Amino acid sequence: MSEVKSKATRVSYGEAVTELAREHNDIVVLDADLSSATKTDIFRKEFPERHIQCGVAEQNMMNVAAGLSTTGLVPFASTFAMFAAGRAFEMVRNTIGYGHLNVKIAATHGGVSVGEDGASHQCCEDFALMRSIPGMTVLCPADDIEAKAMVKAAYEQEGPVYLRFSRAASPLIHDETYTFTIGKGEVLRDGRDAAVIAVGLPVSEALKAAEKLAAEGIQIRVVNMGSLKPVDEELILRCARECGKIVTVEEHTVIGGLGDAVSAVTSAHEPVPVIRLGVQDEFGHSGSAAELLNEFGLTADTIAETVRDMMLEHTAV
Amino acid sequence: MEREEKKRLKIAAADIRKGIMTSTYYARSGHPGGSLSAADILAYLYFHEMNVSPEDPRDPDRDRFVLSKGHAAPALYSALSLKGYFPREDLTTLRHSGSHLQGHPNMRTTPGVDMSTGSLGQGLSTAAGMAEGAKLTGRDFRVFALCGDGEMEEGIIWEAVMFAAQYKLDNLCIMVDINGLQIDGRTKDVMNTDPLDQKFEAFGCRVISRNGHELEDLEEAFEFFREGKGTGMPTVLLLSTVKGKGVAYMENEAGWHGKAPNDRQYKIAMMELEAHRAALEVI
Repeated sequence: MSEVKSKATRVSYGEAVTELAREHNDIVVLDADLSSATKTDIFRKEFPERHIQCGVAEQNMMNVAAGLSTTGLVPFASTFAMFAAGRAFEMVRNTIGYGHLNVKIAATHGGVSVGEDGASHQCCEDFALMRSIPGMTVLCPADDIEAKAMVKAAYEQEGPVYLRFSRAASPLIHDETYTFTIGKGEVLRDGRDAAVIAVGLPVSEALKAAEKLAAEGIQIRVVNMGSLKPVDEELILRCARECGKIVTVEEHTVIGGLGDAVSAVTSAHEPVPVIRLGVQDEFGHSGSAAELLNEFGLTADTIAETVRDMMLEHTAV
Repeated sequence: MEREEKKRLKIAAADIRKGIMTSTYYARSGHPGGSLSAADILAYLYFHEMNVSPEDPRDPDRDRFVLSKGHAAPALYSALSLKGYFPREDLTTLRHSGSHLQGHPNMRTTPGVDMSTGSLGQGLSTAAGMAEGAKLTGRDFRVFALCGDGEMEEGIIWEAVMFAAQYKLDNLCIMVDINGLQIDGRTKDVMNTDPLDQKFEAFGCRVISRNGHELEDLEEAFEFFREGKGTGMPTVLLLSTVKGKGVAYMENEAGWHGKAPNDRQYKIAMMELEAHRAALEVI
């Protein structure tokens, strides 16, 4: 097997926004003293006059972005997910959200794979916080190709968009022919025994789990749900009807994220068992990304084991 | 300033005050105290200083106004309706379900509102973003942000001021309506924000202190702002005011921060304001 290429989606973001800015001179990028980590230093090198350094003041940055958007510019406000969705939540809610302003919030370092920095920097609540704001679009890519497609889609959509990127590298699972549409999920592999619906880094683990299970004769459907809001209700219902069992996987607390979004759709229209893998109402801690992803059950082994358990519990013998 | 112009502005301020009383009376709630303290400032801005027109409320070159002390919405709505952005009668629908006049300003429902505000401190940083947007897009408009003195307690105010100085936003006019009172009492007692002049100067701003009710003072203050163009420094106008100004029983009473007048109080206030306005007409 050839070596799998991988790239951190924060790097994809820095590259994509720079590329997009070559065609669109209304794009400006804001940063809060983290441009070397959010990778907007790539943008700053090429467009220094369109890069707005805000210093360590994320709340002000969000509102400056709001003000800029009213003058016809399209701001991408960049910082860590913890500070974008957490610290500046009320600015995002009351100014960007309530005003339905054309601001793109580019949040890097989402989830436990932030690693060594520990719980203070491992944001596992951003999907829940951002989904709760009326009119907010919430996106999280599985790999480099999807990250770039999402940056473009976010620019093209009028209104507020929250994008979550990772610090750790994601294996490449798409090729250049991939197209992303806001509100649409994607079936990466078909099967009828169970559906695994994942978002972000764990999507590639779900694909590995499908390989393992196939060797045992279990065929699972793997869905990439990069659009958390609006979520692809039609695809979720199709999974419920055709597979009868769903496992959701996200690098986020199971409260208010992908698992809850999927459960809300199934419970209303097509009740089936839904097991939510993710952070189970606890804080992370320091460690390597791989160790933490393993500990929080965001690996192919845990996904496969969860599917086996569901098969045993819900299949009549 | 010409005598006739002074008369016109004083009458506008009186009419803004009447609209504040009428709207909060019909709403049965709202914030008359901090609205009345800002009435003369708004009259000066909308009827003398700002380049705005109700015929083209989205003109990209217009001056912008951000009511950072968003609870003074009755004053803004009264000024906007007087200017012709929407009918005067709409004021009686303030805070009612279905009205475009929300309890705090909503840019998506009310013509002439440039930014949704209400959560203190946020308006000033959006105004800084607008001023930076003017520079980046090569436009010459100015941004006026009206804050309260209690609002100076919010940390984001000082983040915004640092940003404004860093980005040399000499097109940003930060006005502080210093009525000395906030919900829980005197600003000095709740959380002292003095000395504001030294604080703003230390943050890199040009600062002038004037009375926020006297036209000559306001004229000097805004002239000082205009002189700041090209200096690369944001301007701060520290405007001393009286909370509840123009309605005798409300003046300097913290209790009138967020309470509407009852039937009798409304009639008394309107009689006083009408008498004041009538006296202005015969000058």
